[in-house]
Parts: sequence; structure tokens; C-alpha cells
Amino acid sequence: MSALALALIVAGLALIGWLVARARAAAFRNGSQRFSSLPGHHGWYVALWVIVPPLAFLAIWSAVSPALVTEAVVAQPAAAALPPPGFDRASILSEARALAEGRAYGAFNDLSARLAPFYAVAQARYDWIATAAALLLAFAGGGFAFTHVRPDFRARTRVERIVMGLLLAASLIAILTTIGIVASLLYEAARFFRMVPIGDFLFGTHWSPQVLDARDPGANLGAVPLFWGTFFIGAVIAMAVAIPFGLMSAVYLTQYAAPSVRRWMKPILEVLAGVPTVVYGYFAALTVAPAVRDVAVSLGVTWASSESALAAGLVMGVMIIPFVSSMADDSLNAVPSAMRDGSLAMGATSSETIRKVMIPAALPGVVGGVLLAISRAIGETMIVVMAASGVATLTANPFASATTVTRQIVDLLTGEAEFDSPKTLAAFALGLTLFIVTLLLNIVALTVVKRYREAYE
Amino acid sequence: MTDSPKMTARHVNVHYGPKQAIADVSIDIEQDRVVAFIGPSGCGKSTFLRTLNRMNDTVPSARVEGDIRLDGQDIYAPEMDVVQLRARVGMVFQKPNPFPKSIYENVAYGPRIHGLAASKADLDAVVERSLTRAGLWNEVKDRLSDSGTALSGGQQQRLCIARAIAVDPEVILMDEPCSALDPIATAKIEELIHELRGRYAIAIVTHNMQQAARVSQRTAFFHLGTLVEYGATSDIFTNPRQERTKDYITGRYG
Repeated sequence: MSALALALIVAGLALIGWLVARARAAAFRNGSQRFSSLPGHHGWYVALWVIVPPLAFLAIWSAVSPALVTEAVVAQPAAAALPPPGFDRASILSEARALAEGRAYGAFNDLSARLAPFYAVAQARYDWIATAAALLLAFAGGGFAFTHVRPDFRARTRVERIVMGLLLAASLIAILTTIGIVASLLYEAARFFRMVPIGDFLFGTHWSPQVLDARDPGANLGAVPLFWGTFFIGAVIAMAVAIPFGLMSAVYLTQYAAPSVRRWMKPILEVLAGVPTVVYGYFAALTVAPAVRDVAVSLGVTWASSESALAAGLVMGVMIIPFVSSMADDSLNAVPSAMRDGSLAMGATSSETIRKVMIPAALPGVVGGVLLAISRAIGETMIVVMAASGVATLTANPFASATTVTRQIVDLLTGEAEFDSPKTLAAFALGLTLFIVTLLLNIVALTVVKRYREAYE
Repeated sequence: MTDSPKMTARHVNVHYGPKQAIADVSIDIEQDRVVAFIGPSGCGKSTFLRTLNRMNDTVPSARVEGDIRLDGQDIYAPEMDVVQLRARVGMVFQKPNPFPKSIYENVAYGPRIHGLAASKADLDAVVERSLTRAGLWNEVKDRLSDSGTALSGGQQQRLCIARAIAVDPEVILMDEPCSALDPIATAKIEELIHELRGRYAIAIVTHNMQQAARVSQRTAFFHLGTLVEYGATSDIFTNPRQERTKDYITGRYG
């Protein structure tokens, strides 16, 4: 039986349970007595008891059953020919599974072809068990709940509690997914660091993963140029654009702009944040980079790169402007207007008030916003993939080419990738390091912002 | 006592958008005297106070009509410099609003922006004099570099008064300066108002009629945006001419 049919049956049972329980509860309500729960609550109570247990069972089952199926197959006499546990064994088994499920058309390994029928049989048997158990649980849950449909039963609060549980589960899924991603990142990075000493990776200044010395892969996997490039493009050049323009536009919008101007200007600024980064990317690569090079040449810089750090950084800065601006806007708005009035009443002009009172008062929020913006900028990928160079150079010259961590991760993982070479695994180590850096930045930024918010409440 | 009043307001109307907040108010604010504005909430007394140093300019929808003069000079005339006006007519707000800076910097703020002190020593002297006049010097002289926001509410309000008098104003407007303070802090502020009276013309908005009676020499009673009665405080409280004034001060409404 397919999963869809099972789902429809369970849903149908839930509907029946809902209707029956509601009808039964409605039958209690003939007098003028007040009940804690409306008939609908009883209905929902039963319906949830029909749906949730099989759902929970199937969630667990889907995690456990592949291992059980494989175990059943391996127990067959034909499986005695399997190689010992390892990469080959796993690939034969997964091929057999693909054949059994009709996902593959021919067997690469004939042992897989022989095992495939056993897979199909075991899978079918376990599917039957799952279906039967799920339906049984649906009936059991419904029956159990139905015995509770009594006038004095507080179905309302029970339903409330079940709903809360479901909401909690939903939020836990997001958290667990993040933990899973981090765990896989850690696992792959650990494999990398078994091949390459962590010191070579973190402090080495030479990066050329295309040519690796098998005896000393660490010599060409020094990540310092990448992190420098990331910092230079994302935190120096981009912020040199984003901080002044973002801050000044926020000051204009909050302090000077007439409401009618603010009404159309703020949304337009926010539209900037909605431009897909790939659009910024080709804008950087096709328009800004050649322009930057031409300007550099006209200034007499002969060796200007057409993949300059400046071009990528400038466009990234423009991308970040709305972000800085809206954080600064919030911080300036959070400064009590009494502060501004106090300064104006002393005879200070608007710009004196902003420079000497408003910005200092909003500074922690602004700093927090800038840190968040930096963490976004250094994680930004598309612009640098299109506009930054793939060659890692350790330079502070904005007209020279520079690369970033994200750009290198893309390069390492596209094309022919072998998942057991230091070259590919380096991507995970880079990803992990980048993740840790942005995580720390976010924590610091949020702490700063939070502490500041408390100060005015 | 001087002959002509420090500030005169004649036939003042204030609108917020289509709504009229003040209708035809005429009042004098005299040197060396405290005038109290009393009246129920929403009667326009704070709005009127804010017309006197053009703080209503910061409200985009506000429109002020009428004639308000400081030393005979029309403060709404186009050639009037709002910045100079506010330096001459200082203001203390309902809720203490020290800047998030040190105590010293709070008081030095005004003299700095107006260039009133030629040297650090001058500035120190201005800060000390202002804090002394505000009755706060002895409490804070050893911790001038502490944050102004770390003081108690009453101290913060006296800091705001010190801040206002540091620019050497001629008139001080106080908008319910004690409404956020406890009775002891209130008593200190009232005492301070008595001391400041000899030096500045003072207008104070208050909800508290006992306070008006204690600190002021003249009282103006506002109701529904109009000035109902204006005269010597003793007359207003003991022998009001208008029925509405009498009802209000005897607690019949408001």
C-alpha cells in the first residue's frame, strides 16, 4: 500500500472520529448546563489521537526500517558472498536497493542483481508491518480518546496541550536540522584534519588546492589568503561603502525626511535587499569590474586586475546598504524622542543633535547592526563567485585580485569531486571555520543589541 | 521688578492638523516671577508652553498663530533664529531626560554647542556653577564622570535643570517637572524653583494645585484649549472670579 493511500485512510479515520465524537458530545448538551468544552473540542481531541500516534510511529519507522531491511537481506545465504563491511559492501547493497525499488535499470555488479529480489521481498514485508501497525495505532488512539468523550472531560485544555506539543515539535525540527548540518560539517572537517594538520590549514599562507603534494597536502592548503580576502572584501571594502551610506540614509530617513518622503523612500531602499544576489553578481562582473579596472588604468595603475577586490567589495557594500540602514533606522527610532527634544530645547541644531546625542545613544544598536552586516557579507557567495578571482593572493591592494572562502568552497565542490581527497574535504573545513566566525559575530552582535535595548526599557 | 514683561503672548492659536488645541490665549511671563499653568489633562497647557520656545516646530502638523514676543521681539518672525531663541528660553521636561553621557558632559553640552566657554577652566566653572545652582553639586562633585542616567530620578531632573541653566537662559519653561518624582525629590525641585526665581523668568506646567500654590506668584487656568482665568496665585486660589476655576480648584472636576 502506498504512503499516500495510508495517509488518506488515516485522515479519513480522523474525520470519522471527529464527526462521531462531536455528535456524541453534542448529545450531552441538551440542558442549560455549562460545559468546559464545546463539541468541536471533543472532535478535535479524538481526531488528533487518530492522527498523531501513527504519524509519530511512521517518523520513527522511516528512520529505523532501512537498517532492518538491510539486515534481513544480509541474513540471506546469497549474501554470504558480500565483501566485508566497508565502502564496496555499502555500494553493492545500495545498488541492490536501487534495483529493487526500480530506480536503476541495470546492475553494475551482478551480486547486486542477485540480492535485489531479496530486497524487494524484505521491503514489501516491512511495508506491510508498518501499514498494519500505523492503522492499528490510529484505531487504538481513536478508541482510547473516544472513551474520554464524557460531559465532564476537559477536551479543550487537552487539545490546547496537544497543539502546543505539535508547535514545539515544529520548532525542534528546525533546531535539529541545524544541529544535523553542523554535525555533518564537523564530521567531514574532522576527516580533513586527519589528513592535513590544523596548524597548516589555519596559519599557512599558500593556497593552491589544484596541485597537492600527496606527502604534504597541508603545504598548499593554507587558508590565510582566503580569510584575508574574505575580510578584505566583506569587512573592509564592503563596509566602507555600506556603513557611511547606510547610516546617512537612516539618519536622513528618521530625522529629516518628511513623512511623505519617508513613505516612498524607505520601501525603495528595502527593494534593494530583495534584488537576487546573482543579479548583483553579474552587475559586479560585467559593469563594475571593467569600470574599476579602467579607472585604475587611467590613474596610472598598470597591473589592475579585472577581477579586483574593489569591484566585488563595492557591489557587496551596495547590497548591504539596506541592511545597515534598516538596523540603524531601528536603533535611532528606539532612542527616546525626549532625548532629541532635550537637545533641541537647549538650542542645538538638528545635525548637532544627531551627531552628539542621537548617534551616541544609538551606537550600540548601530554597531550590532554593522556586525550582523559583516557576518552576512563574509557569508555572501554569489557576488564573489561571479566577480572575485579564483586565485588566492595575499594582498591589501584593492585593484589586485582577491578570493574569498565562499568562492573557494564553490570551486572545490564543483566539477569532479572525490569525497576522500583533502582537496574536496578542505571545502568542509573552510565551511566550518566560516560558520564558527559568523556564529561568533552574530552572538556578539545580538548581545550588544540586546543589552542596548534593555537600557531604554 | 521690571516694567515690561519678559515674554508676552497675544491671541495665540495652535492647531494640530485640523484640530484646534489652543484658542486665543494671551499671557505675560514676567521677570523674577513664576507663572503656573494649571488645568485638567488635555487642556492645552503643555502645548502652550511649547509655543514659547517653538518646540512645536518639531511636530510637523502643528501650526501656531498669534503674536509671541521675547523682550519685544517676535519669536515667530522669519528672521528669528530658533537656535538662539531656545538658548534664551530653556526647557525642562516632564520625564527627566539626561543624555546618555557623563554628568559633566550633560551640563557641558549646551555651553559647548554655543561656544560659551573659552577654555577648559571656563567650562569647568560653568559646570560647577550650573550644578551648584541646581542644588546638585554637593551630591555629584566627586563623580562627575559617572553616567547621568545612573542618577536617581530626582537627581536626573535637577541635572536637566542644571543643563538648562548652563547656557544662561533668560526664561525657563518647566513641563510638569515633578510628575515623575517622589515627594522628597519634588520638595527639592520646588525649593530650587524658589531659588531660581530671582534670576530667571519661569513658567511651570503642573497638575498639582498645591504645587502651583506653593511655587508660583501668577497662575493661569486652562480649560479645553482656552485660558479661563489668569491672575495672582493668591487670588486664583482664594477668590476665583470664574465659576469654572472655582470648580476645578475645589476638585469638582478634572
